[in-house]
Amino acid sequence: MNITVCVRRVPDTETRIKIAPDGKGIDPTGVKFVLNPYDEFAVEEALRLKEQAGQGTLTAVTLGGEAAKETLRTVLAMGADQAVLLKGEPSFDGLGTAEILAEYLKDRPLDLVFFGKQAIDDDNMQVPAMVAELLELPCVTVVVELQRKDGVWHAKREVEGGHEIVEFTTPAVIAAQKGLNEPRYPSLKGIMAAKKKPLEEVEVGTAESRVVLERLTPPPERKGPVFIGEGPEAVSELVRRLREEAKVL
Amino acid sequence: MELVSSVDDRYLTDEHRTIRDLVQEFARERVAPVARDLDIRAEFPWENVAEMARMGLFGIPFPEECAGVGLDTLALLVVIEELAKVDASHAIAVGAHTSLCAAPIYLFGTEEQRHTYLTRLAAGKVLGGFGLTEPQAGSDAGASRTRAVEKRDHWVLNGSKIFITHGGVGEIFVITAVTGGTDGNKEISSFILTKETCDLDRARAVGVGHDDALTPIPGFRSGKKEDKLGWRASDTRELILEDAIVPKENLLGKRGEGFKNFLRTLDSGRIGMAALALGIAEGALERTLEYTGLRRQFGQRICDFQAVRFDLADIALGIEVGKHLTYHAATLKDGGKPFTREASMAKLYCSELAMRASIKAVQLHGGYGYTTEYPVERMMRDAKICEIGEGTSEIQRLVIARQILGEPEEIIEGER
Repeated sequence: MNITVCVRRVPDTETRIKIAPDGKGIDPTGVKFVLNPYDEFAVEEALRLKEQAGQGTLTAVTLGGEAAKETLRTVLAMGADQAVLLKGEPSFDGLGTAEILAEYLKDRPLDLVFFGKQAIDDDNMQVPAMVAELLELPCVTVVVELQRKDGVWHAKREVEGGHEIVEFTTPAVIAAQKGLNEPRYPSLKGIMAAKKKPLEEVEVGTAESRVVLERLTPPPERKGPVFIGEGPEAVSELVRRLREEAKVL
Repeated sequence: MELVSSVDDRYLTDEHRTIRDLVQEFARERVAPVARDLDIRAEFPWENVAEMARMGLFGIPFPEECAGVGLDTLALLVVIEELAKVDASHAIAVGAHTSLCAAPIYLFGTEEQRHTYLTRLAAGKVLGGFGLTEPQAGSDAGASRTRAVEKRDHWVLNGSKIFITHGGVGEIFVITAVTGGTDGNKEISSFILTKETCDLDRARAVGVGHDDALTPIPGFRSGKKEDKLGWRASDTRELILEDAIVPKENLLGKRGEGFKNFLRTLDSGRIGMAALALGIAEGALERTLEYTGLRRQFGQRICDFQAVRFDLADIALGIEVGKHLTYHAATLKDGGKPFTREASMAKLYCSELAMRASIKAVQLHGGYGYTTEYPVERMMRDAKICEIGEGTSEIQRLVIARQILGEPEEIIEGER
């Protein structure tokens, strides 16, 4: 079985983000970068399928600069067999990125291509579906369960208020959601072995961007608490404000 | 808030940093959410220990042929330190197991002993401990009363050991006993003893902590579990030897070299304890930076008060010093150089730092810091044992003084 996992390097969720002076990106100084958390589910599922099959190759692919190698090493440490760095600049719109990924993947033997359902930095949720479209493969997104029965694959996916079960045949593209599995931590031996695993570099240049990021703005500063009143008579006003102003009810 | 120190650049390789990030993530995701409950219930963290075993955290400095990871002392310290930032009980599970049980078997054991015991310890299949301290023999380990009498084809051990980390949960122990000599000039030897874990059901459930292939020593068992101020999720117990029948091949190292060997064991253990204490201090400062940056009184953040800043700066300075001392001792050890003096200095300094930093952390958290809602009160309780275990602060000062005076290590010292 040939499995490819497409991953992305993103800022750690615990990191405090500062907007760069040009307003079009974040200031990377002091920011810790990690494997995109949704990609962890994708990698784990791919590893389990490979382990169950008892054979096959698991390849990790990413589009990015030199620093993205660190992310690939993480996936190798978790257990992937080889990694490919498509060396270039990802674009803000998913299509440019998807075109580069699809171009690389199109001539390769593929059974399953895994993605995380979205990258937690730009939250675009575009690339998995676009890659599938460009490769003319079926695509299942937001997957929380994956099974193979009698040669047919079944995926359970999250939809508003419930779940859908879909079936598909390979080759296919899967976008993993939280809940699909419990991702493993790399072992120390895995970390050491990762240094010796093949990591190929392919120059791809800058992805075409049809959507241009104009400006990033920080969320408004949190206002201090507002004193509404005391006792039962304050409840209706509190509920009104929660509903109409805070819009949380 | 995560502390970043340029001291790391001086000592750590990229590999050490990758390991640091990994353990930091594990501690944040798996340890932090359960640390408070484990402390309150004084419960051993079996689930996390199983995951740590899978990650290879119980065999860091041992070669791959012994089922270890094949890394250095510094890698071990980084792991202990990162765990201790969040929970000292998790950190000592790695520290005591590795430095006090697996290490002496690696250093002084035969091929056969390494194969039988070290491979199981290094793979994290079972947990190990070290039995030195006795009711009447703490810092004065020469007052040891546990006796081993040689018979034709075995030894018979009688006595008791107290305050033994992993005494209940563990299955493999290095035990010291008097094998001859007279008072004032006792002959001490080490033995490897095995018993069944006291948590057989939990061990079986998580798949780590018990091995049917190990034969328990008849007459060797664990006693009551200590109810402690700190390190409450660590299992500390008495070990009881009642006519324990120990095969001849379980003698660890040469007869009569037990004393010399445990001094070496303790030297290594002390660097581990330094890293653990350092981790507590760092964790306490991190939590305090977060809290004092959010808490407002008199119209400003409390970290904006000069008096608070002075405290924060002092703790940060201590951590920087402690890192140099600890990592330096580790690099000496890894370089095959003598490190007794440096290990004692690191252990003494960092354990007193952990105490100071965690008391200050509670103070700067105010009333909240005194509640279990915040982890700093636990850190304060966890810090205290660092000034006592593996040689009290007083003993460390004696070791350092003896070293700088050029005196031999003849006075018996060390605990656990």
